[in-house]
Amino acid sequence: MSHPSTRRRLPKVAADLAGLVVFAVCAFPVYWMVNTSLLPRNEIRSADPTWHPFGGTLANYRRVFSGGAFFDALGTSLLVTLATVLIALTFAFLAALAVSRFRFRGRRSFIVTLLLVQMIPVEGLFISQYKMLETMELLNTAVGLTLVYVATVLPFTVWTLRGFVAGVPYELEEAAMVDGCSRFQAFLRVTFPLLSPGLVATGVFGFIQAWNEFTLAVVVMTREDKRTLPLWLSIFTDANRGTDWGAVMAGSTLIAIPVVLFFLAVQGRMVAGLTAGAVKG
Amino acid sequence: MTSPRAPRAPRSWLPLGLLLPTVVALTVALGYPLTRQVGLSFQEFGLAQQFGRPPEWVGLENYRDLVTDRYLWLVIGRSLAFCLVNAAATMAIGTAVALLMRLMSTPVRLLVQSGLLLAWAMPVLASLTVWQWLFDSQYGVVNWLLVRFGADYEGHAWLLEPMSFFFVATVVVVWMSVPFVAFTVYAALTQVSADLVEAAQLDGAGAWQRFRVVYLPAARPVLLVVALLQVIWDLRVFTQIYVLQQAGGVTRDTNLLGTYIYRLGIGGGDFGAAAAVAIFMLALTVVLTAPYVRMMLSAEDES
Repeated sequence: MSHPSTRRRLPKVAADLAGLVVFAVCAFPVYWMVNTSLLPRNEIRSADPTWHPFGGTLANYRRVFSGGAFFDALGTSLLVTLATVLIALTFAFLAALAVSRFRFRGRRSFIVTLLLVQMIPVEGLFISQYKMLETMELLNTAVGLTLVYVATVLPFTVWTLRGFVAGVPYELEEAAMVDGCSRFQAFLRVTFPLLSPGLVATGVFGFIQAWNEFTLAVVVMTREDKRTLPLWLSIFTDANRGTDWGAVMAGSTLIAIPVVLFFLAVQGRMVAGLTAGAVKG
Repeated sequence: MTSPRAPRAPRSWLPLGLLLPTVVALTVALGYPLTRQVGLSFQEFGLAQQFGRPPEWVGLENYRDLVTDRYLWLVIGRSLAFCLVNAAATMAIGTAVALLMRLMSTPVRLLVQSGLLLAWAMPVLASLTVWQWLFDSQYGVVNWLLVRFGADYEGHAWLLEPMSFFFVATVVVVWMSVPFVAFTVYAALTQVSADLVEAAQLDGAGAWQRFRVVYLPAARPVLLVVALLQVIWDLRVFTQIYVLQQAGGVTRDTNLLGTYIYRLGIGGGDFGAAAAVAIFMLALTVVLTAPYVRMMLSAEDES
């Protein structure tokens, strides 16, 4: 009986080896970003790569912080992102309540519209969004960028929150009402606390989306002092200047850290929402 | 989704009132621009109009110009090719990784999953800059490795040639997209009952046959949706192409639909023509999206 067991073990070893390759391809670029960000210039610009950052330097980070452009971009990014998340979450919460707690005429068409809107490519609409913001004199303003960001994040936020609201059984609210709560009180005391993890997860996901967004930022924020962080990062690798790779990698690391942490915190919850339709197929 | 005992709205204005902020926001920021874009696409709206001359209605002229413009067809062909190659590569690699994860020992699988999560979590712009650095002509690791293996890549500038430009873009796009596919397909595969797999094994089915006869049919619905999403996402790729164009300096030979619209309108000031191309892109998306929306809605009605 040793024959089948070796036959079964061999693919396992091969799969493990292949797995290590997959891991290397996934993780190496991230490692390389952090590694380079900690190396002095002469080791970045040398014939052979330096594979580890031991004995490295923080000079790249100091260069990033010194100009002030980083902090301008950080301020713009934080302002726009937080405003987008707060507005989108509030609006989406109300809409999710309507869709999952009531049956009313137009409910289905609202859901269909939401699905359709979610699939609209930004690239198919940014020309006229630019013209609209130009007319409203909102180009190069946080308000203008927030407006188009809210519309971008909103459909997905409603869609996900709807799932979370529907996950709290209405019977719980009814029971509270039997116990003498008003409808509003029942919602506030029973459903809302159960919803808060979902609200946090959805908010964090919206934060990541807005924080990483590039296309609309390129279109709306054309002035140098109005750049968001992704725009600020993109100018480093312009063809017309020699690239300071140490600073670029330091900047990339700084932008990536909060996103990676947030992402790891909420991904399990969000993937369930993202693929709920797919799995049911 | 709605609990069957949820009330019909006691006062029917309440749910509509709750929807109002969302509807208003979407109408202002998406609906209005959309109608305006349709109008723009029928207007002569170039530099002169930017400086105050009223736009002129020209009917279908923008569309006629575009249809007869060979460059647009080139860009469309290029976009479709890029989209299909990227979606196919992402699906193939993602599914392969998912299947591999079924075979691996647990510690290696956890390692692979953490690696995938890391790649998935990386912001687009950070991934783009790292890959540019890896493909850097002078000090990049890729050229260093290739030279080590005896290839003539000393100082090779990847972003100057359209083909190698798109190769780098594909590497970035696929690297970023594989984790979603791998995790989703893996989740679908774990739903396949172990009994079924064992039965197939007892009947003498080899690995390939088990994949074709047991796993593939079970994962089919998920694979279809994920593949469709990949096609839709890869058709609208903008950021990767735009940033690599800025870095490489070559735009005309590397434009895809998104960057073409941008450079035509916001770069070149020809908003009428750009709007017409954008309308075309929207139409293309609707065609591709229809089956996805239908699937989502039937899932919705079932539940």
